[in-house]
Amino acid sequence: MQPVISFLGAVVGYFDPVIDNIGLFADAFLHTLEIVVYAAVGSLALGTVVAAFRVSPVSPLRWVGTSWVTVFRNCPLTVVLFFCAFGLPEIGINGAYFWFGVTGLVLYTSAFVSEAVRSGINSVSAGQAEAARAIGLTFRQSMGQVVFPQAFRTVVPPLGSVIIAMIKNSAIVGAFGVGNELFSVHATLVSARGLALIPVLLGVAAGYLIITLTGGALLGVLERKVAIAR
Amino acid sequence: MRWNPMLRVGAAVFAVGLVAAACGQQESLGGGGGQAPEYEVVQDPRFAPGTTMAELSEAGTIRIGTKFDQPLFGLRNLDGQMRGFDVEIAKIISGQLGIAPEDIEWVQSPSAQREDLIERGEVDMVVATYTINDERAQRVSFAGPYYQAGQILMVRSDNQEITGPDSLRGSGARVCTVTGSTPSENIRPFIEESQLVLFQQYSQCRDALGTDQVDVVTTDNVILLGYVANSEGQFKLVGDTFTEEPYGVGIPKGDVQFCLFINQALTEAAGTGAYQRAWEATAGTVAEETPELPELNSCR
Amino acid sequence: MSTPVLYDNPGPRSRRRIAVASVITGIGLLAAVTLVLVQLYQRGELSEAKWGPLVNPYNPLFAAAWTGLLQALARNVYAAALAMVLSLAVGTMLALTRITSAAWYRWAVVGFIELFRGLPVVIAIFLAYRILPELGVELPRVWYLVIGLTAYNSVVIAEIVRSGVASLPRGQAEAASSIGLTRGQSLRLVQLPQAFRVMLPALISQLVVVFKDTSLGFIILFPEVLSFAGIAIQSLDNPLQLYFVIAVIFITINYLLSRLAVYVERRVSRARPTSPTPAGAAPHTEPQPLAGTSTTGG
Repeated sequence: MQPVISFLGAVVGYFDPVIDNIGLFADAFLHTLEIVVYAAVGSLALGTVVAAFRVSPVSPLRWVGTSWVTVFRNCPLTVVLFFCAFGLPEIGINGAYFWFGVTGLVLYTSAFVSEAVRSGINSVSAGQAEAARAIGLTFRQSMGQVVFPQAFRTVVPPLGSVIIAMIKNSAIVGAFGVGNELFSVHATLVSARGLALIPVLLGVAAGYLIITLTGGALLGVLERKVAIAR
Repeated sequence: MRWNPMLRVGAAVFAVGLVAAACGQQESLGGGGGQAPEYEVVQDPRFAPGTTMAELSEAGTIRIGTKFDQPLFGLRNLDGQMRGFDVEIAKIISGQLGIAPEDIEWVQSPSAQREDLIERGEVDMVVATYTINDERAQRVSFAGPYYQAGQILMVRSDNQEITGPDSLRGSGARVCTVTGSTPSENIRPFIEESQLVLFQQYSQCRDALGTDQVDVVTTDNVILLGYVANSEGQFKLVGDTFTEEPYGVGIPKGDVQFCLFINQALTEAAGTGAYQRAWEATAGTVAEETPELPELNSCR
Repeated sequence: MSTPVLYDNPGPRSRRRIAVASVITGIGLLAAVTLVLVQLYQRGELSEAKWGPLVNPYNPLFAAAWTGLLQALARNVYAAALAMVLSLAVGTMLALTRITSAAWYRWAVVGFIELFRGLPVVIAIFLAYRILPELGVELPRVWYLVIGLTAYNSVVIAEIVRSGVASLPRGQAEAASSIGLTRGQSLRLVQLPQAFRVMLPALISQLVVVFKDTSLGFIILFPEVLSFAGIAIQSLDNPLQLYFVIAVIFITINYLLSRLAVYVERRVSRARPTSPTPAGAAPHTEPQPLAGTSTTGG
């Protein structure tokens, strides 16, 4: 028994840098959670709008939608965030770095959301839209009341993956002036205060795993709820 | 395959770029400021066998950690030339080991990674605006200091409200500095956590100050002096320096012989005027007076 | 989809409405772009001093700037290629051993997959960079980036491979076993070669993700294109312009890769008129097996 206890003691001791600063970790965890909640809501909304643009009869809107997806899907997130933090102020848009970080995540993620939603729209059988038109619904009505509600069910799994990817991507925003988020904890504790890096980094990793694994589990439940036999 | 006109123009531009790049017309490239001074390179120096100096001198090459993106101290120009006061100090020390500047291997060492690079043996020494302090001294040893800086505040020239660190909390000013740096820890007692903005580079803080995104940039005086000098009157320094930042040469923990050797090299350089020339060619272009070599530590 | 399903072919009145909407949108776009350009101009961001080193071949800094940029970019490409090859190998191995092996091993693999799927790729890279040397594994810096990217991407590729194999008609495996092949032989000789064809588009999309993620190398001081930018802007003093050029390069390369994926997709589905869909996917998802894994970015 003795060796087991001393082994456990050593393990706990190893994570002292995390345990001693658990308040800092908790703060940063909540802050990251805040960022990803805003970014999730924003990117779902914006991505849906962009998807609507891409199937719109107005050709400039389609063009905007396509370019939007091409640009933000193919550009590294770091570069997108850079333009939010340093480009927006240059064109006269000032704001808190927190919101610039969220904006960057929203812009980048909206492209992936739009792709998922669009393939969802394409998965709704043509008869549905035709029937909607046959009973005289306008484009907006048929999209809003017939196509989108059905499309959203098919897109729950891919959208979930997109949002979980966004949560992981949020680890980069700390490099662009967004303070006190989870990944930056390692810089504060390790570089400036000289604590051991690896336990701190494992603590940070655990924080992200809590969010992503919980998110994944919730997503599984949601998937089963909305699953429909077609 | 038909190429549309845009593609064709694009390809042409790209090809021209490649050709031009391949020809590589070398000119004085970016931010240099004058010819770098030259220092004595000792021929066949003798060192006691087994010391770090003997090993390095035998190998004829040395890996030196410095910043690559810090104008005035350690900056890599577009053509790969290293410039700055840290770089010159490193060259002076290497010269005493019998290693010429072209045999130095420069390793990028940002603030947050300096101790690690030394501990992992990826560098033989670090000269990178490296403040000597107790926490760091637990993991590495310091020779020097070769310069004494002090932290100060930079604001936009029209800012009358901020006069020094004590006025920061009341004004709610947003204060910018670099992640994992000593200035970020020094400034924390003067402000609320929410006032702090952290970036990777001081130049990013300067850009944010220029676009009104932050109100104050804080770090060591010489670094900020460089930004003030290039700002065409847009920025100014306020208050006095409120910390002492002795810049040391970071070396592996406990290498007393190497530390003594570096101190000896610094002392000699101050005597021969090499130290002063190093300053004047670099940070001296923006600072008013050439510093004296500070009192060196005992290496114990 | 030549005729739209979502709305009627427009009659004269809606055509007019669409035309009006198009014009308004167009004007709105133009106005926005003009506004941005005017702002940038007023702040001196369109000046020759800022753009010259990047676009004017006669600028004295042009050659050095592009030499540095292309050298750095070549390192991104190199790291992406290594990471892709390694992820493919590890991912395939994970997927296959998961299909064939004992229960406890399958659980271990699932655990590994879930772990690295839930971890930000920056942390995977950072952990590789910091932990491996502690364990005495010292490698050139590019390998820490490659290992971090592989840890992350191999689990995605394992999923792609798994569902690729699952997408094949059952008869393939049955036929293989009926002529006396073992499961391993059947996978290696019959199922995998076919599955790879189906997976190719998804794999190419994943390459886009890997390539974008190589830009995170700056975090571990790998001298890739963003590291170069961080240093070069100290001399050039044009961060916006340099990042703009880098964005254009990434977008162009990745766009071409995605076009390649679409092209391959068409070739593959033409060759096999009954293009199989991954197990569990809706029967009429568009040609994009595993949406979500392959398109979620890094």
